[in-house]
Amino acid sequence: MLAYTVKRLVLAVPVLLGLTVIVFLIMAMIPGDPATAILGSYATPENVARLNRQLGLDRSLVEQYFIWLGNLLQGDFGRSFNLNRPVIDEVLERFSATLVLAGAALLLCSVFGLIAGVVTAVRQYGWTDKIVTFFVLIGISIPSFWLGLLMILVFAVWQRWLPASGMFAIYGGGDLPDLLRHLVLPAITLAVVATGVIARLTRAAMLEVLRQDYIRTARAKGVGETRVVCRHAFKAALVNVIPVIGVQAGFVLGGAVYIETVFQWPGIGRMLVTAISTRDLLLVQGGVLVVAASYVLFNLVTDLLQHLIDPRLRT
Amino acid sequence: MTALMEARGVTRRFGGGRSLFGKPKPTVHAVQGVSFEVRRGETLGVVGESGCGKSTLAKLLVGLQRPSEGQVLLEGAGVHDPAVFGRRALAKRVQYVFQDPSSSLNPRKTIRQILEAPLIHLLRMPQAARRGRLAEIMDAVRLRPELLERYPHEFSGGQAQRIGIARALAAEPEILVLDEPVSALDVSVQAQVLNLLDQLKAEFDLTYVFISHDLAVVESVSDRIMVMYFGRVVEEGRSEDLFCRPLHPYTRLLLSSAPVPGRKGIGAESKPAELPDPLAPPPGCAFAARCPQASDLCREVTPPLERDGETAYACHHPRKGIPWPEPAGSGAVEGRIQS
Amino acid sequence: MSGAQAAAGAPAPAAKRRSGRPSALSLFARNQLAAFGAGLLLVILLLVLLTPLLPLPDPAATDPVNRLLRPLAEGHLLGSDHLGRDIFSRLLWGTGVSLLVGLSATSVAAIFGSTIGILAGYFGGRADTLLMRGIDMLMAFPYILLALAIVAALGPGLLNALFAIAIVNIPFFARNIRGVTLGLANREFIDAARLSGKSNVSILLTEVLPNVLPVIVITVSTTVGWMILETAGLSFLGLGAQPPAADLGSMLGEGRKLLITAPHVSVIPGVMIFLVVMSINLLGDGIRDLLDPRLKSGALARPAPFTAVDRPVSQLAAASIQDDSVLAVEDLRTQFRIGSDVYRAVDGVSFDIQPHECLGLVGESGSGKSVTALSLLGLVATPPGRIVGGRVLLQGRDLIGLDAAGLRAIRGDQVAYIFQDPLTTLHPLFSIGDQIAEAIRCHRPLSYKEAWAAAVTLLDSVRIPNAAGRAAAYPHELSGGMRQRVSIAMALANDPTLLIADEPTTALDVTVQAQVLKLLDQLRSRSGASLLFITHDFGVVSEVCHRVAVMYAGRIVEIGPTEDVLSAPAHPYTERLIACVPRLGEPGRRLEAIAGLPPAVNHLPPGCAFAERCPHAEDACRAGEISLDGLNDRHLVRCIKPRRAAS
Repeated sequence: MLAYTVKRLVLAVPVLLGLTVIVFLIMAMIPGDPATAILGSYATPENVARLNRQLGLDRSLVEQYFIWLGNLLQGDFGRSFNLNRPVIDEVLERFSATLVLAGAALLLCSVFGLIAGVVTAVRQYGWTDKIVTFFVLIGISIPSFWLGLLMILVFAVWQRWLPASGMFAIYGGGDLPDLLRHLVLPAITLAVVATGVIARLTRAAMLEVLRQDYIRTARAKGVGETRVVCRHAFKAALVNVIPVIGVQAGFVLGGAVYIETVFQWPGIGRMLVTAISTRDLLLVQGGVLVVAASYVLFNLVTDLLQHLIDPRLRT
Repeated sequence: MTALMEARGVTRRFGGGRSLFGKPKPTVHAVQGVSFEVRRGETLGVVGESGCGKSTLAKLLVGLQRPSEGQVLLEGAGVHDPAVFGRRALAKRVQYVFQDPSSSLNPRKTIRQILEAPLIHLLRMPQAARRGRLAEIMDAVRLRPELLERYPHEFSGGQAQRIGIARALAAEPEILVLDEPVSALDVSVQAQVLNLLDQLKAEFDLTYVFISHDLAVVESVSDRIMVMYFGRVVEEGRSEDLFCRPLHPYTRLLLSSAPVPGRKGIGAESKPAELPDPLAPPPGCAFAARCPQASDLCREVTPPLERDGETAYACHHPRKGIPWPEPAGSGAVEGRIQS
Repeated sequence: MSGAQAAAGAPAPAAKRRSGRPSALSLFARNQLAAFGAGLLLVILLLVLLTPLLPLPDPAATDPVNRLLRPLAEGHLLGSDHLGRDIFSRLLWGTGVSLLVGLSATSVAAIFGSTIGILAGYFGGRADTLLMRGIDMLMAFPYILLALAIVAALGPGLLNALFAIAIVNIPFFARNIRGVTLGLANREFIDAARLSGKSNVSILLTEVLPNVLPVIVITVSTTVGWMILETAGLSFLGLGAQPPAADLGSMLGEGRKLLITAPHVSVIPGVMIFLVVMSINLLGDGIRDLLDPRLKSGALARPAPFTAVDRPVSQLAAASIQDDSVLAVEDLRTQFRIGSDVYRAVDGVSFDIQPHECLGLVGESGSGKSVTALSLLGLVATPPGRIVGGRVLLQGRDLIGLDAAGLRAIRGDQVAYIFQDPLTTLHPLFSIGDQIAEAIRCHRPLSYKEAWAAAVTLLDSVRIPNAAGRAAAYPHELSGGMRQRVSIAMALANDPTLLIADEPTTALDVTVQAQVLKLLDQLRSRSGASLLFITHDFGVVSEVCHRVAVMYAGRIVEIGPTEDVLSAPAHPYTERLIACVPRLGEPGRRLEAIAGLPPAVNHLPPGCAFAERCPHAEDACRAGEISLDGLNDRHLVRCIKPRRAAS
């Protein structure tokens, strides 16, 4: 297992490098001359040429990439010209807020998605199945940014049960209960779609597994039905569901962009949207890289988890 | 008699090469140094258990696989040499019948489309001529021509296998390689297909390479038989010789293991039978670990295939002159089942 | 073979008649949700298409006087927004834009993704590695983030958003389609096409594509909704449609600032997105169900833990008979109901098994032999299986209709099963020792450790070398013969009085089969258990069975001592079945093939089911019920003209 973990970590390196290449290429795709854009009205030809030299833009694309990569490896992601602070500082600060939100949402959607999937599979075509399936359908069809607005309207504006925005109360907040109160609405909103997807796939995987010959063997042994479902079938279904949870983690991280905008959550998603509209491209670059890299690591974890469950992968 | 088709030292490896970090990847020898000939007009039976390489061999003969070493010759010309034989030129003369008729027919094509393909692509037959030819082919495999417009799923296993045979016949080949053609069929249908194959052979002057795991089936159709074990030929001979005077201990084990209706007393090895690890094959004879006659020589030196007239065997200690069936308790075979 | 397959194996000739299985269209119509989705989508599409013709105000015309009117205000059906623009008009135009963008993005993603997937899957090797590494790289980005990065580079705008969403979805198509193509490329019909002289291009277009197309359609129909949602999302963030152009997302984005004072401005476009996406999702599910052939036969239904019993009341009260037999089956009937068809898989089967006896049950596929075996302990899958009559007396106690707890107590304890293919019948994720220990602990109050020790002893008794070490192995680490030994050990775990072996050696090589047969025979005689042995092979029957019953079309046509039946078969079917098998050592013997096919068990003829293929049949054979009569007290046959050539 340890050997495999090391192997996977080593294999993650080319993926991470690939990420930097893609991000670099996307940024190189940007039309127009960055120096001109940065200098604005100071863009005299001498100034532009000097800045280009300073930025290394007079070199070849490959050289530029390696210089840029070297800087990244030293933790130098450049400076955000809007915020006038190092990109990496801003990104890490914002990313921790996003991790709290996304982590909570991922926990919610995994737990409820799995439970709903198993229950609907076992009660196939029954009333429970129909009702849960109906809610799942609504969950995967509803725009999460709109659901967020409705949540604010109902629970924060009309009922005043929970705060509508932010991560902490402005006055007198800052402790854990305060954080949790602020977390409830955005985390639920963010989790809804992923819960639906996980529930559907768990249901399908369970139904597929329950028709397998080894389930019949378990029943022929005299194993009780609860044990058949919870041990034999669920474990086998989990092998197929874990990669889905991995993919959903990506959706949750991405979906955080909307939810953070709606709920004014000070996370990286909102930062990115602002940065894009103000063309603060170094900030966009840094933010995308950090989130993508963390997603690669998360997928590594799901991969190891799957490896742990399925002995067939170990040989 | 000259050989119509010949295999010379054919080896087929899978895997191998090196990984990204230069570590050699595991190699499996599916077929190893196999040489034999197929004579015009005969049926050569190839028999062996799973993992013996018989299906890979079949695919090598029709060009679906390329040998890693050695060559397959058709009347002296190398079939895998693109300068001599294009894929189509080979397909015109050697055709293949698959094991599972349901998976060898495209579910989204009508029987007409399936049977027309070789006429169009191999024979370049104009449309008018195709119609007549299709009727002939369907008649040859005893299917009504109305069935041409149907889809494969509307046919039973036996009928589908006849369509598979019809497709192989459409290109008017000389050799048919039949890879377990009746294994997926029920016994009552199996006999229909075997009888049909027999009639077609006479009708179209065909030569068969008939591959099966079923000894009784192979015996009933073959003139000569080749026994394979772990990628190699272990014994070869005329059908009656091989079944009456088997020389290789593995052939003897196979024959004694097969249950026969109405007879009782198959033999079984006392130790659980395991094939050697294909990724790390032991030196010497692959059968040595299971063989009661095995000596140190067997475990060190791979026995070559020795020819002796019509028979050939790859064994250091062939069971020459030892009667068959062997008296009980004399080696490979532990006592008979008593109940 | 499972029951449903057994039933499905037979009805090939029935395809010519009207099939009782639900047709694709009726399935779709019956799917009310899908029909509802299709209807809703149709209405929305009609409205969008008619928008230019409707007498609506210009969606961009501002009217500061009438700003933020509530819905149902005069002249503004859904009110007006912060610039006084008519929301209804903007909604319809915006819906059109959203649909167009979503569909275009889907098409782009589908075309590029499917092409990549098909090429990678078909050619494999280096092309596959290269293409899929690139795809993996795109997948390494959290979904929307890559779209954001692309929009950031290209600049905000509807067309750029469209490209971004399309690119982000290419991997999804590529991976799905590659998987399917890879499966197809290994199918034999591709090899067959190659041998028919077809070129790679021709194979890709005429053999692979028609089979991949349904999957592409399914993938499209299940992602369109998602793509619309995502493009709306980008617009919502202000990165898609730029004013004055508007799609649903940007309307929602603009309305968000007025959430508290004028909620309708954001709620209305949100409802529209929801309706569009939901209708498409419903329709997509319907299309998926329609094109997924597994659903047609109802195969995705979850099999219940016990077969449903639907037995006439009169049979319940019948007193149990006391005799010596371990098992007595009386007039057992099991049916499969698929659509409006009833497959009588087991149609009045009666037999008994004495202590220490081995009874062989022989038949071809579809004869009902496996279903008979599974019916005994209610293991036939429901749906579609159903026991509709008969009794199964285990030492005098009727098992049919027994409650769940009662039946479960017998399963694996008094009666144990050995199934055909041990690779699929052992759980892949548990070690073999664990699986045997579980079988023990279901019926005996042992600790896990004690049960594990007992499992090792059992593995040793089936002659698995190094049993203590091998107990921790997983099924995939063992050879076929070893796995079947494990199955046997598991069946013997609780010293059953009756073993039911369903084609236990069919998947094995002949030398391994010999060993397993021998082992089974030794263990059976040592433990004193009775054995019901299901097989299609008369050779195997001769080897292990004392008596043999021959099944045809759901009925026993002949039953008697093995030697008697094999040397002097009385039923024409038995006779022909023995004659048509090549026999080792008799290569010259002519094979007497049986003409025709077994009847479909959903269209059984009156009288003898074999009459149509029988050379001796006469009118009386086709007239009515033929009973199973005794030639002598042990040898029974269901024929009015039994063959007595040898006697």
